[in-house]
This record gives sequence, C-alpha cells and structure tokens, in this order.
Amino acid sequence: MNTDFAPEELLIATVADMLEGLGHVAVGAQSPIPGSAALLARARSGGSLRVSMLGSETHSPFTDGGRELFDCAAQGRIDAFFLGGGQIDGQANINLVGIGDYPDTKVRFPGSFGSAYLYFLVPRVILFREEHTARVLVPRVDFVSAPGVSDKNTYRKGGPHALVTGRCVFDFDDAAKRFRLQSVHPGHTVDEVREHTGFDFDMPEDMPETPAPDANTLALLRGDVADAVAERYPAFAARVFGNANAA
Amino acid sequence: MTSIDDLAVRIPDGATLALAPDYSGVSMVTIRALIARGAKDLHLIGVPSVGFQGDMLIGAGCVATLETAAVTLDEYGPAPRFNAAIKGEKIRMIDGTCPAIHAGLQAAEKGIPFIPVRGIVGSDLLAHRDDWTLGQDPFVEEDGPIVMVKAIRPDVTLIHAPLADRHGNVWIGVRREMMLMAHAAKTTLVTAEKIHDGDLLADEQLAPGTIPGLYIGGVAEAEKGAWPCGLFGRYGPDDAHLKDYLARARTEDGFASYLDEFVFAPKAAE
Repeated sequence: MNTDFAPEELLIATVADMLEGLGHVAVGAQSPIPGSAALLARARSGGSLRVSMLGSETHSPFTDGGRELFDCAAQGRIDAFFLGGGQIDGQANINLVGIGDYPDTKVRFPGSFGSAYLYFLVPRVILFREEHTARVLVPRVDFVSAPGVSDKNTYRKGGPHALVTGRCVFDFDDAAKRFRLQSVHPGHTVDEVREHTGFDFDMPEDMPETPAPDANTLALLRGDVADAVAERYPAFAARVFGNANAA
Repeated sequence: MTSIDDLAVRIPDGATLALAPDYSGVSMVTIRALIARGAKDLHLIGVPSVGFQGDMLIGAGCVATLETAAVTLDEYGPAPRFNAAIKGEKIRMIDGTCPAIHAGLQAAEKGIPFIPVRGIVGSDLLAHRDDWTLGQDPFVEEDGPIVMVKAIRPDVTLIHAPLADRHGNVWIGVRREMMLMAHAAKTTLVTAEKIHDGDLLADEQLAPGTIPGLYIGGVAEAEKGAWPCGLFGRYGPDDAHLKDYLARARTEDGFASYLDEFVFAPKAAE
C-alpha cells in the first residue's frame, strides 16, 4: 500500500485521535473531514463509539425532530462536536455571523446555527478550520456567536478542546484562556504558523511535528471508512481516497 | 382540500411565517405562488434555518424581517439574494441559534410566555435580541444566570408533506420539527405530495408521524411540491436546476430572469 498520504488524511487521523475512548460524537452538516474522523474513530473503537451525522441527509439519527440533538447535548449525552468559524480568535471566541459592524456586516456568513449553545454543553468541542490565515485566525472576532470561555457562575460543561487547521494543531488552555501550539503538520513550519495567525499563542520549547498516519490507520481509512464516508460525501471520498483505493 | 393559490392568499402580507429547512418539508410550489401574488413584508422564521425558500422570497422583495439561526444552501454555497439583501440593508435580520428557536416554539406549544435555554450567555446574539433576556435560575441560591427566550408563535407554518388525508391530517414521518411548528403556529398550511385514501390517524403505523387535522388550516395536493428542492424519503433535489438558480441569482437581472421563467410565465400560462 502507498503510505504517502493526502493532507486531508493527516487531518482526519489527527482529529480521530482526539475522539478515542468517547461514547457519542455528533457531526454537523457539510463537515467531511470531521465526519471522516468520527467514522475512523468508530472503526477503531470496535463499534463502541456512536456517531450521529446531522444535516441534509434523508436518514436522521434522531426521531424527535431538529430539537433532539440539542436536548441530548444539554443532558450530557454527546461527548464531542465540531465547530468552525468565519473568524476564530485567541480566546477561542467564534464568529459565524459576519465581518464588520453588525448588523451592517461587510461580509455575511450563514449564521450561528447551534454554536451559541453546543459550545457550552458538549465537553469536547473541536474547532476545525482548514483555512489557516490571519483573515480567519484574528486577534478579536467582530461578532461573538459563541464565547470560548465563561465566568465561573455560568453553567458550562464544555468548550474548546483543540483547534485543528491545515497547518497545525493548537490545544486550548482554559485557565490561561489561550491557545498553545501543540504540533505543526509535516511540510509546515512554526514561522509559517506565526505569520498566518492573527492572535498570540503559547509554544512549547521543542515543537513536535503532527504524527503522520501509520500504515494501519491508512489501510482502515482507505477501506471501510472510505466506503462509509462515500455514502455521505461521495465527491470528497472520491477525491481523497479514490486514487488510494484504485492503487 | 384547497388550491395552492388559495394557500398563498391565506398567508397575508406582514405575517410571521415559519419555514422548515431544505432537508425537511419545503413547499416550494407555494413559495412561487407567494412571489406571484406579490406578497409583502413577511417575517420569516427559519426552523431553525432557511435555504432556497428564504433566498427566493427575499430576492423577490417579499420579506421585511428574517429570523433564523442560519441561511444555508448547503453544498450549493452562499445564498446570493440573501447576501445581496444584507449588503443593501433591504431586510431586518434577527440572528438566533437553533435550540432557542426550537425552545421558543416549544413555549408557544405549551402556551407559556417564555422558556429558559442553556448556553448563549456572553454571545453577541443576546445583545441584539429584545425577545431574549438574561434571568436567574430561581432554584439555585448562588448566581445562576440563564437566558430566557420569548415564546415564538408564528401566524402561519407552511410545509410540504408526503401524505395528507381528506380529514386534514398530515403525515410527516420522522421529520418531527414540522409537528412542533404546527403545534406552535396559529395555523398550518400544507401542500402534500399525495392524498391518502382513508384516515391517517386510523393507521397505527402512520398515526405517530401524523399532524392531527386540528392544527391544519388548509391542504392542497401538489405532486413534486418541494421541487426543485427534495422531499425526505421521496426524491432528491434537482441538482441541475438549483445550480442554474445559483448562477442566475448572482445578479439581480439574472434572478429576475429566473422568476420570469419559473414563477411569472407559468402563472400567465394558466
């Protein structure tokens, strides 16, 4: 098997590692990389991990309408979820509304969806944004759809666990309210991360490289997981796993 | 049983109108009839988001206010007429979050004035909502801030469903956000793919997924009533048509040509 890997495969494997040992992961619509990561984690868990994929599909994992996911989250029945953002800042605030002085936004994003709620209630929220630029990773978001941290009186069972981008992985230090660079992806550098990040962050002395997916992971990913991903994201699966499967 | 045009007339100008997302039950055929009749000043409520229904109504100038957690055309990309309207300050935007919309409808369903919702504290959404307020949990002694959202009682819920019967019962299966929308609204107007012979409530397989006729104000039969969007369990979206819409709706003229071809010309030919 070809052990070269696509950038997406690295991201999928990296995110999947963050889901190890969990019981229930939910994935929003239009999230092929987090969705693939959840399916990889499920395959590795021997079926003990439940994955609920939401959105524009005909088969919802729920039977009580759109509210059920949110009710589940408030009860603590969901262990991990993914959020993104048109802007993400150094305190892990996310903006899904727009750029500029709201409501007169210069650039309008689709909207906050369930972020203002799920960020508080799902213990492990993984921020995922492939585009790693100073345009996205800003010092301060223009609009807080959902805050990264809350004061101690606020009921909060969850929050940012990590921020995964196309260049690196940050983890989030709740006490310091800051991101800390955890690893830089192969082929990328700390200087490049610094250049394209608009907020300050902490750094370890020795900067590890994000581990490459091993042969077992790639085999699983390109086999059973690719088939499961293809059901939901056929174009993505064909692009990322297509050549590997054909080889 | 009534006609699609009659449903469009029964959504008066200025009404608050609850709509489902594109993956649920969307009555695109009635959306076109609303545009054809020149509906004005609608207050749309996306439950919890809107897609093509919202983009078309906004583009056609039917909407004064949009209350939603998101506007999304999913894989088709950003909603062009919505974005143009925001840029041109043509609509008033009320940004929300999915669970607060569901909860507001649940409050209306119960006939109570407001309902507490988790999360949201510290979000800029809260600062821009006069129908949300930061309260206190009355059952804890220490400071326990919790957001209260006002009940959402739409004038009309508009949906498309796979089946309805002559008693006004409407089968929505597992897509139960439409049950909540019907319970919460003053009335619910429905287009149905097919009219079921007999009583949906008398069939024990179908009854649990059926909105009872007591909530329903009118039903019109409309085969392919969700087109060009899809209908869960029945048919998918018309991909080529939606891509054509997106290409045209990038400009005002292109959008006007779309309306001429698919809304006004078919109406004139009737």
